[in-house]
Amino acid sequence: MVNQKEIRLSGSGGQGLILGGIILAEAALLDGKNAIQSQSYGPEARGGASKAEVIISDDTIDYPKVEKADLLLALTDKAYHKYIKTLKDDGILIIDSNIELDDTDKAYKILQVPIIQSASEKIGKAMVANIVALGVIRAVTDVVTEEALENAVLKRVPKGTEELNKAALQEGYLLAKASKNK
Amino acid sequence: MSNRQIKLMQGNEACVEGALAAGMKFYAGYPITPSTEIAELCSQKLPVVGGKFIQMEDEIAGMAATIGGSLAGLKSMTATSGPGFSLKQENIGYAALTEVPCVIVDVQRAGPSTGLPTAPSQGDIMQAKWGTHGDHPVIALSPTSVRETFDLTVKAFNLSEKYRTPVLLMLDEIVGHMREKIEIPNLDEIEVFDRVKPKVCDDSYRAYRVEEGQLVPPMAAFGEGFHFHVTGLMHDEYGFPSNDSEVADKLLRRIMDKIDNNVDDIVIFEEEFTEDAELLILAYGGTYRSARSAVKKARSEGLKVGLFKALTIWPFPETRVKELTNNIKKILVPELNLGQYVQEVERVVKNTADVYSLGKVNGEAITPDEILAKIREVL
Repeated sequence: MVNQKEIRLSGSGGQGLILGGIILAEAALLDGKNAIQSQSYGPEARGGASKAEVIISDDTIDYPKVEKADLLLALTDKAYHKYIKTLKDDGILIIDSNIELDDTDKAYKILQVPIIQSASEKIGKAMVANIVALGVIRAVTDVVTEEALENAVLKRVPKGTEELNKAALQEGYLLAKASKNK
Repeated sequence: MSNRQIKLMQGNEACVEGALAAGMKFYAGYPITPSTEIAELCSQKLPVVGGKFIQMEDEIAGMAATIGGSLAGLKSMTATSGPGFSLKQENIGYAALTEVPCVIVDVQRAGPSTGLPTAPSQGDIMQAKWGTHGDHPVIALSPTSVRETFDLTVKAFNLSEKYRTPVLLMLDEIVGHMREKIEIPNLDEIEVFDRVKPKVCDDSYRAYRVEEGQLVPPMAAFGEGFHFHVTGLMHDEYGFPSNDSEVADKLLRRIMDKIDNNVDDIVIFEEEFTEDAELLILAYGGTYRSARSAVKKARSEGLKVGLFKALTIWPFPETRVKELTNNIKKILVPELNLGQYVQEVERVVKNTADVYSLGKVNGEAITPDEILAKIREVL
């Protein structure tokens, strides 16, 4: 079986999940892997359900969409309920702490992480929640290297926000460590 | 050893890069999801290379201005999606009859009408062939990846310049919005064709006169000093309207022959696993990727399934598909509509093979497993 990881980032429009997906895919390319990013969103500009999908592989990728995800990130309650069914039985759910879990008696691994709260309170900008989430995903899965992810983030974020985004990544790493030690 | 750039790029973005590489200097359009990135990028990039971008008042005007830009001598493109593709149809026919080279990109979304603006579809495949009234020449290409989007956009410009005809680039939301790894070829690796211009600048120029044995008249640009009349009426060599049945017949047959006599130059396709196949999957656009995944899974189960990728949608790759039915007696056509291209397959293979359709119109891509299930059903 080829080494292929399928990741679904879900939440609401405006949370920067599509950008997060692009950054993750670009980091994979920097690591010399193959990657495809795709997305789905509603006709509205903000607030509708939004998801970004990333497939990272050592081989060519034919079907560009994620069917059963190895990893699901859920930043809203709505996204959690909509996409949890598509997580593999042995997958990983990374879910924001402010979302109430329905059922914790599942085969997949659950990591409850205060992504949005940390972004707004510790980093001081709720809008970097997507970058905090990428930090968590990297630390939990090793799907991209730390170096590649940082380079990919810095390439995509607006000038003047580099330090802020680096801090957001570091916060993600810390959160992942803390939640793994629980 | 290569200094080519490797990038993560969206299909729509690759379309713009391909157009610029082919020499596009003019874009007119009216932004519409899921093609908007094409307009957006053209607005940023064309001024940098000395080109022009105009956002027109509507889709119809976008098509008209694209024709105008080309008549003035610039390689011109417009992009749209379903509702806009419908509105552009009359002027696409005008470009075909007046022999104005231009590229029209349709990033297909689920219709009819406004439909599902952000969801993929391949519902405009027959419209590409028959959307504008009257018999008319059609070239339509459909890429399955970001790299192919780059390459086929270059090809679309080249064919339009070579045959003085509008060329349709049929993307779908899957390929248009997907981002994947692309190695961009260097400019000196890309073959670019420019329209043939009149040799001498004098009063003997006739905009619609072809040399003996030729089908494509040399094309002067407005403003270069040539007398040149353009009309959507049937016209003589000067471009002036004519009601003469002989003139009309000769003109229409010639513009059809430009395509029909050059099918080998225009039609491109690829095939895999066809040597011993008992079933052929014929696919195009974003759905091809699902088909390839399904074919690989089927092969790993020992099922003898082959794969045909139609990159040129129109004209239909008739000769090769007919040939394949010498040995393959079943053909499955998965597509994001309720069975359009499959009708052309049926027409071409007649009774030499059983033809099956797998259609989907709920706004989601056809999954490899859905195709695999159909493969098991028909084999």
